[in-house]
Amino acid sequence: MTAVLSLIVFLPAVVAAMLLLVPATAPRRVFTGAWVAVSVVDLALVVAVWLTPGTGFRFEERVAWMPTVGISYHVGVDGISLPLVALTAVLFAACAVFALRENRRVKGYVALFLALQTVSLGLFVALDLILFFLFFDLSIVFMYFLIAGWGHGERARAAALKFFLYTFLGSLALLLGFIVLYLAAEPHTFDIVELVAADPLAGGGPAAGLALLAIGVGLAVKTPTVPFHTWLPPAHTEAPATGSAILAAILLKMGTYGFVRIAMPMLPDTWRQYAVVAVVVGVVSVLYGALVALAQTDLKRMIAYTSVNHMGYVVLGVGAAGILAGSDEQARQLATTGAVTQMVAHGLITGALFLLTGVLYDRGRSYDMAAYSGLAGRTPLFAAAFAVAAFASLGLPGFAGFIAEFQIFTGALASAPVATALAVLGILVTAALFLRALQRVFLGAERLPDAPGTPRPFADLHLSETAAIVPLLVLATVIGVLPRFLLDVIEPASRALVELVAR
Amino acid sequence: MVAAAVLALAVAAALTRPAVDAPLVAGIRAGLAVDGLSALMVVTVAAATLAVLGYAAGEAELRTARFVGCMLLFAGAMLVTVTATTLAVLLMSWEVMGAMSWALIAYHWREPESVRAAHTAFLTTRLADVGLYVAAGAALAGGVGSLALAELPAATEPWLHVVAAGLVVAALGKSAQLPLSFWLSQAMRGPSPVSALLHSATMVAAGAYLLLRLAPLLETAGWAAPLVAWVGAATALLMGLVAVAQSDLKQLLAASTCAQIGFMVLAAGVGGVAGGALQLVAHAATKSLLFLAAGAWLVLLGTKQLGELRGAARRYPLVGVTFTIGAAALAGLPPLSLWVTKDLVLAAALEQNTALYVVGMAAAVVSAIYSTKAVWWIWQPPPSDERRVRRIGTDESAVRRNAFLPLSVLAALAALFGIPVLAWGTWELDVPELLSGGLAIAAALVTWRLAGRIGAPSLLASWLGLERLAHAVIVRPVLVLARALARFDDRLDGSVTALARGTVALARGLDRRGEGAVEGAVRGITDGARALGRLARRPQTGQVHQYYAQAAAALAVLALVVIVMG
Repeated sequence: MTAVLSLIVFLPAVVAAMLLLVPATAPRRVFTGAWVAVSVVDLALVVAVWLTPGTGFRFEERVAWMPTVGISYHVGVDGISLPLVALTAVLFAACAVFALRENRRVKGYVALFLALQTVSLGLFVALDLILFFLFFDLSIVFMYFLIAGWGHGERARAAALKFFLYTFLGSLALLLGFIVLYLAAEPHTFDIVELVAADPLAGGGPAAGLALLAIGVGLAVKTPTVPFHTWLPPAHTEAPATGSAILAAILLKMGTYGFVRIAMPMLPDTWRQYAVVAVVVGVVSVLYGALVALAQTDLKRMIAYTSVNHMGYVVLGVGAAGILAGSDEQARQLATTGAVTQMVAHGLITGALFLLTGVLYDRGRSYDMAAYSGLAGRTPLFAAAFAVAAFASLGLPGFAGFIAEFQIFTGALASAPVATALAVLGILVTAALFLRALQRVFLGAERLPDAPGTPRPFADLHLSETAAIVPLLVLATVIGVLPRFLLDVIEPASRALVELVAR
Repeated sequence: MVAAAVLALAVAAALTRPAVDAPLVAGIRAGLAVDGLSALMVVTVAAATLAVLGYAAGEAELRTARFVGCMLLFAGAMLVTVTATTLAVLLMSWEVMGAMSWALIAYHWREPESVRAAHTAFLTTRLADVGLYVAAGAALAGGVGSLALAELPAATEPWLHVVAAGLVVAALGKSAQLPLSFWLSQAMRGPSPVSALLHSATMVAAGAYLLLRLAPLLETAGWAAPLVAWVGAATALLMGLVAVAQSDLKQLLAASTCAQIGFMVLAAGVGGVAGGALQLVAHAATKSLLFLAAGAWLVLLGTKQLGELRGAARRYPLVGVTFTIGAAALAGLPPLSLWVTKDLVLAAALEQNTALYVVGMAAAVVSAIYSTKAVWWIWQPPPSDERRVRRIGTDESAVRRNAFLPLSVLAALAALFGIPVLAWGTWELDVPELLSGGLAIAAALVTWRLAGRIGAPSLLASWLGLERLAHAVIVRPVLVLARALARFDDRLDGSVTALARGTVALARGLDRRGEGAVEGAVRGITDGARALGRLARRPQTGQVHQYYAQAAAALAVLALVVIVMG
């Protein structure tokens, strides 16, 4: 029972290693079937963890790894990481089901995804900075191979390279910040729990500023926020649908998760000092991401830019949580809880949107919105699912995104009134762009692309696609209508975080 | 069936006044409750929904799960809106209602105009909804942590004003008051039952309801109440004039909705909550009746142009008579319902401000004009050359069968609703009321004589050009900005790529030049070392006498150094 987190994290990797021993000529059902089975087992284990009551860090495991430099294998979950662990398990299960129709080099594909699942889960449970960094970097490596190997041709390799170099550079900045923290702590340690308790750089100073700058830039590249976001659109556009879904739903969260797990609790004074920077970056990301998305003609690129917009809300929320003036604890807690909820909501909704875009590409071999029109008549189920996902993404109440954004806005307004009022306009722009996309692709007179090699007829959602996408949307709706089961987990942790930041 | 059950439940709810309350997010509650005002609303919404859905069952193309599902969700959202006790729940249902209006207006999704109209409606109302989000945040900042509607007036300054401003913007947008009226004109593209519901008991009524509910907050904020009152009065007058200038029956009715809602908004601004609420109910019955009648003609005759509707009432007397009753009520002719309720509102206005009263009275006269204009056209003798083509001949009996009950019940309501109000004695017949009734009758009579000659100034016919203005001021600049930013973003991406390319170029340069130099330096050192080695090898001859000579020379040099240093 005590090693349940390690089991959850490493089960996919172990199975991946076993699958590597199976010859690639084996029927592809062996690989995809194994993947679905593993992801379902993992998901069941995560549900079991979720249902186990408790507060603070739970299921902790700590094994000495490199004791001379204060590095240990330390994992555990609390109310901030558990929702993200669950999100990861859900998304990978959805991708496993979605990939049942994949037929290109299935062995490597499944093995890469299983490895990616291990590092994603590992990152969210890591309670040691070096362990965190290790998973952070490995996620970049595996995603690189996924985009380069299973993306759309030559351009995919260029996009993958850009993704790798840009985010890897960011991770180096992150490592620099970690080392500053390590050196500042007495005794030297990389342990997250100990560093939070020690608050080694209390009182600020240039070292604290440098640490926050390095960590902040590293996380901002991964999140991504304006102006460090330009690796995102090409990576998304060229990645396979499942890769895009994981990239948006899970990998982006590693950046925002770093803010709430590392930057805020370990550098509370400095965070408060520079919180206004986070607020400004957040608002700029919200508006800039939404407006640039509005101008896109490529559906997948458009959704990629809405990720910049949605992650901007998270940054705004965590920034506002650092401004004590004018806000009471309830407001700051709302902003923090909203930021964590937004990570989950964006993961579910944008994951579903990217899978749906994959369906579109599968049928029409193009992401260009001008190539399609009136699909609602031919593919009603597909159109309905896309419409639901689009409305969820534009923050309609009844879906998870609203619960998150409402909390962020309400919590942030007191401490950053102008910035928040500007950010609210973002929901208007996202509404406009999703309505336009719906209109261009699904409504109006029917028109289908007829490029050579287009598979006719233009089929509606297949069973495996439906089984992958609909649960994501159902979950987003459940959170939107009955959010308590999620908020009951997040709120105690965010309350603790708010207290840590205010100390 | 569901709608009927909902109506039964609504009546039960109105009688029992239940309330529920549950935590939503940290400290913010989600509550629903039925009190006096919402009891009235609940029954109105449920009744209007039942009537409209009963009618819609007669149109073949509307007998789909999508239509009925969206209608029920739409009405359900309105029911939640009117029973919400906290801002959070209100905001949720409010926005769901907007989204459902999008789905319903764009019901004929193959027609680009319908979809564009739906976009206009959703985006315009959502623009106003931003006010609700800001108000929620401001309420929290102002110390109303539960976001309960009843506690909002207790918010501290200056947040109180932000709350009031946000709510006023949201309500005016939803209710299609000036200057955001244009979306309602576009919304006419939807099926007629949608218009009937959207214009009567839901959507536009929601804004008026919110303002009536929050009248105490408007009072407390000071500036808000007069502002709201004036916006309402101005809308009632100007949109009334717009209605007079319309040549399309549905457009005329749409503009008249703005104008009639203007009276409710005026009521909220002057504190006449009872009058405003009754006006809302009476208008809901009247307007759903009128839209259903217009819709019936649209199906039966294939037109909604007034000029082509000549004789429509003679051909379909049931629709004609019920429409006429509705229009008479809309005109404010005594003793029909809207005459009573409108005068309650005007009486409240008179207590506050005479100028408001005069504008309101002018608006009442204008409403008599546009109502009479519509009625005049439909009772004209039909043109002798029967060129009209029936669009859906086979559906006629179904439309008639399904239209009969809703139309008659609504007509009865529209006509008679005023009587219980009179009977309750909350209202006394006095000079101003007689004046307004007389003015309405006079205006109706004059219009009847002149109806064929009413002109349509282009500004009024185009709804004051507000939509073009919104496009020019908001939509186009945003799109231009978006495109400019997208270009900038490409350039940003280009500069990152250039940076990477620069790094590669630097590496190549180093490889070509730097590497050569380093290589050269290293080679130079090794060459030097080798040369030194060769030099050092030279004395190593292996012959003892030469070593001896070297040792002697070295000793001599050493001795010399010692002497010089010493």
